Amino acid sequence: MIIDQEITKIVKNKVGAIEFRMLSPKLIKKMAVVKVITPELYDADGYPVDGSLMDLKMGVIDPGLRCRTCGGKVNECPGHFGYIELARPVFHVRYIPLIYAFLRSTCSECGRLLLPQGEIEKWLEKLRKAEGDSAVRAGILKEILNKTKLIKKCPHCGAKQERVKLVKPYNFTEGNKKLTPIDVLERLKKVPDTDSELLGISPGAGRPEWMVLTVLPVPPVSVRPSITLESGERSEDDLTHKLSDIVRTNQRLYENLSAGAPEIIIEDLWDLLQYHVTTFFANNISQVPPARHRSGRPLKTLAERIKGKEGRFRRNLAGKRVNFSARTVISPDSQLAIDEVGVPEIIARELTVPERVTEWNLKQMKEYVKNGPDKYPSANYVITPDGKRKVISDETRDVILDELAPGYIVERHLKDGDIVLFNRQPSLHRMSIMAHKVRVLPYKTFRLNLCATIPYNADFDGDEMNLHVPQTEEARAEAELLVGVRHNIVTPRYGLPIIGAIQDQITGIYLLTKDEDNLISQEDAALLLAQVGVTELPKKPASKKGGKKYYTGRQIFSMILPEVDYIGRSKTCPKHPHCKDPNCKYAQVIIEKGVLKQGVIDVNAIGPEAPKGKLIQAVINRYGHKVAIEFIQKVALLGIAYLQMVGFTTSVTDTDLPEEALREIKETFDFAEKKIDGYIEEFREGKMRAYPGRTVRETLEFKIIEAINRARNKTGRIVERYLKQDNPTLIMAQSGSRGSLLNLSLMSASVGQLSLRGTRIRRGYRNRTLPHFKWGDVGPAAGGFVRHSYKGGLTPTEFFFNAITGRDTIMDTSMRTPKSGYLQRRLINALQDLKVEYDMTVRDASGRIVQFIYGGDGIDVAKSDNGKLLIPKEEVLK
Amino acid sequence: MVTKKSKKEEKPIDIFKSRLVPECRVLSEDEEKKLLEQYNISKRQLPLIFSTDPVVKALGAKVGNVIEFTRKSKTAGLSKYYRVVVGGIRG
Repeated sequence: MIIDQEITKIVKNKVGAIEFRMLSPKLIKKMAVVKVITPELYDADGYPVDGSLMDLKMGVIDPGLRCRTCGGKVNECPGHFGYIELARPVFHVRYIPLIYAFLRSTCSECGRLLLPQGEIEKWLEKLRKAEGDSAVRAGILKEILNKTKLIKKCPHCGAKQERVKLVKPYNFTEGNKKLTPIDVLERLKKVPDTDSELLGISPGAGRPEWMVLTVLPVPPVSVRPSITLESGERSEDDLTHKLSDIVRTNQRLYENLSAGAPEIIIEDLWDLLQYHVTTFFANNISQVPPARHRSGRPLKTLAERIKGKEGRFRRNLAGKRVNFSARTVISPDSQLAIDEVGVPEIIARELTVPERVTEWNLKQMKEYVKNGPDKYPSANYVITPDGKRKVISDETRDVILDELAPGYIVERHLKDGDIVLFNRQPSLHRMSIMAHKVRVLPYKTFRLNLCATIPYNADFDGDEMNLHVPQTEEARAEAELLVGVRHNIVTPRYGLPIIGAIQDQITGIYLLTKDEDNLISQEDAALLLAQVGVTELPKKPASKKGGKKYYTGRQIFSMILPEVDYIGRSKTCPKHPHCKDPNCKYAQVIIEKGVLKQGVIDVNAIGPEAPKGKLIQAVINRYGHKVAIEFIQKVALLGIAYLQMVGFTTSVTDTDLPEEALREIKETFDFAEKKIDGYIEEFREGKMRAYPGRTVRETLEFKIIEAINRARNKTGRIVERYLKQDNPTLIMAQSGSRGSLLNLSLMSASVGQLSLRGTRIRRGYRNRTLPHFKWGDVGPAAGGFVRHSYKGGLTPTEFFFNAITGRDTIMDTSMRTPKSGYLQRRLINALQDLKVEYDMTVRDASGRIVQFIYGGDGIDVAKSDNGKLLIPKEEVLK
Repeated sequence: MVTKKSKKEEKPIDIFKSRLVPECRVLSEDEEKKLLEQYNISKRQLPLIFSTDPVVKALGAKVGNVIEFTRKSKTAGLSKYYRVVVGGIRG
């Protein structure tokens, strides 16, 4: 095949150097095919005028026309440059700094560098030695510039030097005289090559006088194509607009010059020409008003085309739009497998997979073609063995059906089981793009299993996700094996599962396994297990009552457990209501040979993200990813099923506290406030003793904060004590599925001390935070202490303080996100081509070694147990 | 207070005693050759270390020498790293 031959001929070469040079006026004219002289673009018939910016010699953009230079049609002719002969020279904006350097460092009379000959030679030698080391070269050039720019007398001809000043953006003055581009041009011509080398222009790279433009290259039409609107009107490219401004001004300048117009008019036109040429190169130079379109929109000229996020590099070269992709809103579907994705039929009919026709699939492929364009499992195109692409439509269908034979390629619709890549932006880690299996479903959203939302950081409040269809067998295999969901359960960040049960799935499993005597009737047990896909009951019923068999929740959970051994700890002890013992033996979870012997299953065992998911990790270590993903799925289904069976509701009543509790809380705060009043009194009377190394004021602050904290902690404990064990919010907090005890006491007991930048709130008015307080009030309320609860309601001042911290948080996050995003961008740019080679070394694109063994230890964290080896050390040594 | 000693009188500090300085030594020519062969690289593909680095000065290594670092690691026990000395800033 042709492709194979071409591959064997690949020549590998290293780029040794890249050299940038200046365009000389001579070269500009030489590469041009036409001199542009008329600002009119089209004649009365709408045909391009000769010698205009649309001259057919510069290439064609209209189909049907031929280029007058090369004879090529639209896609054959690459375009050709033209040129504009400027009536008077103008500066090139981007060379203004360099021209300035030349004017200051060379003699105004003889054009020599303002250094004695001997020194010139010394510097030349130094500079040439540093060839190739741009940092050193830049240093030398800067030094030369600093040495020469203030010299008052030329060491060569003895002429006195006037100080040259740059009047931004592009005017020069020498003493009191204005330097026109003509003056500058003449001076730069006098500078010898050796001297210009010392100012940064290597001989061969160009001449200083080329920095002043005398002719301007006109880019080919294909660089600035015009668009024909529906109304038949033509809309020209921004560059063409700018160029026609230049041509127009230039022609006027020519006319006025030959007519001998007064100097003021000439000057004005000259200045205008300078402005147009400047904005042609860049339209966002400071102190130059941007050239605008008729609509008031700033023109996008040369520099803007290349620069920045919307520029050629980042928009069109580093990233591109792709085919075989789709994007839509996502929504949840707990019945999908974790590594599946629900694809709407409308999308499945648009996205295709090329499938080669063989003897064995011929029948199936014919079926697709026969279904035609309107039915679902069909195909959109066939590709004949000689590479012709044919659309399948009602007209072509029968013909294609007849000729279809092995060797053809059918681009069939996406169907169940196809491998696709699924992605959600921002793609902050590798799990942001994973391979899923397709499930074609009705309606218009992508469907996603809830457990798969964590790695994508997705929710369903309107999030959209992208989908890409790999087009070759290799790509599909690679996607499945490298980025398949199941191979990414364990994150390479810290080596623990990032996919696990979430929210009510955990709550369900927690309730199921919490009590060892949680008895479930045989019917219910069968119902639960059937929803998970288990068709057997536990071997031995836990008890029999009234002729009915009962099973424990733990027995049922054990049915979905693979045969693993596991010892772990649950978040809280399930046995005692307020167990404070950190080593309580009931918090120990023991699984032997796949049977839950003791303990409750909560986030620590089945939740996602470190340091949770230990049970999932144990399953992965023992049975691998396939079993693990099925296990997670079963856990999720069982959790939901059980929760639906027993029912679970959270509401505001969860935050209700009995009278006694509220009274205790009030007493606690009253006591604390009294104590603080005492401190303040002590401070006012000057009786307070300072802590070592602190001022008295600081000591007071410490004491107040300490008293407040103590009171708050106490209220937290009161809340905990008075809560009933069946309080749903408490259950969620204890199982680790959502919320915490702190959240609960914030709602029911007290919000507590608000802090702004790590301290109590101190900002506001003079000597007080709000006008509601007395001067010099340092008490709890004036410092942002909220003694009420969210449910009970805040006082106006409390509410205001709460708003202060709320705003501060929003500001903080809105500043931090773009900052960290930019940091990440820089990091990725710096690290993107590092790669682990087959010898385990980490190298960059040029083969330089960064690490001699990956990570210093050769461990692939995603294949490790929390960053450590999975096998005992003795085994490694063997 | 003790008056400051002049710089000449100051005792040189043995930086190798610091737990933050990994064990290091200069490779012999043979070892260098073996190393480059093992990784199939030229010297300029090795990581660099400035000749002004305190460790390089203390070892008395010259520009072009390769220094071997032996680092302690929780996961790998000991791990080796190599750097080639280059003329650095102010060096």
